[in-house]
Amino acid sequence: MKTLRELSRDGRFSLGAVVVLVLLILAILSFFSPYDPTEWRVVPRDLPPSWEHPLGTDSKGQDVFWQMTFAVRNSLTLAVLAAAISRVIAVVVGLVAGYSGGIVDRVLMFISDGFLVMPLFLIIVMLAMLVREHMNTATLVILLGVLGWAWDARLIRSQVLSLREREFTYTAILSGTPTRKLIFKEYSLFIMPLVFTTLINNMAWVVGMEITLALIGLTNLEIPTLGAMLRWAVSYQAMLLGLWWWLLAPIGISIALFVSLYLVSLGISEYLDPRARIQRVGAR
Amino acid sequence: MRFVRRYLIPRLIQYVLVTWLGITVVFIIPRLLPSDPIESMVATLQAQGTFRDPEAVREMVNTLRDMYGLEKSLPEQYISFWRRLFSADFGPSYFSFPTPVINLISRSFPWTVGLLLTTTVLSWIIGNITGGLSGYFTGNGLLRILDWVVMFLRPIPYYVLGLTLVILFAYLLPIFPFEGGYTIGMKIAFTWTFIKDVLNHAFLPALSLSLLGVAVNHQTMRLIIQGVKEEDYIRYAKIASVKERAIFGRYAMRNALLPQITGLTLSLGQIFGGALITEIVFSYPGLGFLLYRAIVNSDYNLIMGITTISIVAITTLILLIDLLYPLFDPRIRYR
Repeated sequence: MKTLRELSRDGRFSLGAVVVLVLLILAILSFFSPYDPTEWRVVPRDLPPSWEHPLGTDSKGQDVFWQMTFAVRNSLTLAVLAAAISRVIAVVVGLVAGYSGGIVDRVLMFISDGFLVMPLFLIIVMLAMLVREHMNTATLVILLGVLGWAWDARLIRSQVLSLREREFTYTAILSGTPTRKLIFKEYSLFIMPLVFTTLINNMAWVVGMEITLALIGLTNLEIPTLGAMLRWAVSYQAMLLGLWWWLLAPIGISIALFVSLYLVSLGISEYLDPRARIQRVGAR
Repeated sequence: MRFVRRYLIPRLIQYVLVTWLGITVVFIIPRLLPSDPIESMVATLQAQGTFRDPEAVREMVNTLRDMYGLEKSLPEQYISFWRRLFSADFGPSYFSFPTPVINLISRSFPWTVGLLLTTTVLSWIIGNITGGLSGYFTGNGLLRILDWVVMFLRPIPYYVLGLTLVILFAYLLPIFPFEGGYTIGMKIAFTWTFIKDVLNHAFLPALSLSLLGVAVNHQTMRLIIQGVKEEDYIRYAKIASVKERAIFGRYAMRNALLPQITGLTLSLGQIFGGALITEIVFSYPGLGFLLYRAIVNSDYNLIMGITTISIVAITTLILLIDLLYPLFDPRIRYR
């Protein structure tokens, strides 16, 4: 609670958190939607925003607002799941590389550097092409989860490297603490915050990648996500037909999502870094 | 000589290894599927239902069989895969049969290189200057506003920003073309009108890429400069009453630029991906748009070709930056 109060002193964090909260409410609203998101022609087509349809209706005969609640829900679920998978990989790789050092460290860091240097987008496209027929939420989660860990593994490794040289590590080792216990009980306290901030950044990456893949036609458009919504709007020429609300709604919501997630992660990581905190407060 | 042994040779080994790793991944990916990749490819093509020249289908199946060499053992497949790469032979493209993939790629390649290099260099320079200024002169109101703008811009993915720019410029402010690389029907020649046309078309994709590039460089540079500002040598320079501008330009910036060069090499793969995505949004005739057409037409040969060439291009570019690095950092030169 105290942490939250201190965090909310940062205007950027509060702004981000409020927007994230609104998005979460939108996602929850989808459970009360009067329409089935997969069904077409449930409302009159191409209506501009009105009291009955707050964000208008699209050419598929769906209500844009309620469609969007589903999109936010699915995109966020996707992001949380994929980011969770890549967090597990990042933590394992980072811990093992940082703690064991030597040749294990070199090999693991070589692989993660390879991932960083490589045009990951192309690798994702190649993989997505292969599983195109079986593309659904689970496939996409695995695909993005397995590929998005390289940078964060590096961060965790460098944290572990510095922890390994601390006094308490030597004390623990000398007093016969098992490695497993040392890592899970002592190090996890230092690593958890890092896992959390990278989780938020990775979620934004997953949502962005989903939108990109959807727009180039590599995801399953039956499932309403932010990407699928945008793709439908673009392929129905919403822009040329002047149906601005259909296009603006998913674009606006996704920009709000990216910016708010970023602000939240920025707030948290500055909170965790005391030096930045002091600078912000202005104390010398 | 110590420089060669300590710096040059490890870099070259790293280059070879990373390139090898990347291309091996390209080799492995199609083999991850439990089913026959060629069968599933043909099934995809048939599912699309468009009429294709049966000759083209047969030829594609043949090259695929040859490339994947699924009847042979895995090591043999691997060797023949490399042999094809060294002769730059990726087989014919499927959607514009029988043009070899490598021809299509070499036609698109210069467009991507032009767009990517210009925007990367430009945004690196601009972002570092603005970031450095705003990290050093923290009180300035104008720079504060810039910080906020950057903070809202940075997390937006390439595709979404591109799309937003298309909507803004195409419908609200129609001054720039937002599709293609040059006016269709125009003769490709080295004349002023053509160059002007190309620049005009490149403006929006370049703007989109540069905005994000500047945002990233601005923020990292700002953090680095804030760290540098607390260093002792800056304090000494202040005590010695060196002019503030000289401290900023000669002491703070010069030292802060080094990690930014390393940062550039690490993020080049991502920037490249962003360039491809941006090209798709603006139908810019580079590798990205070629990739998009390959995806739409399920042209796996072409996708593999683009991926392989891109990996080689990026790792080589990184190697070049690494080789230039000692010019900027005397500590490495005299090590």
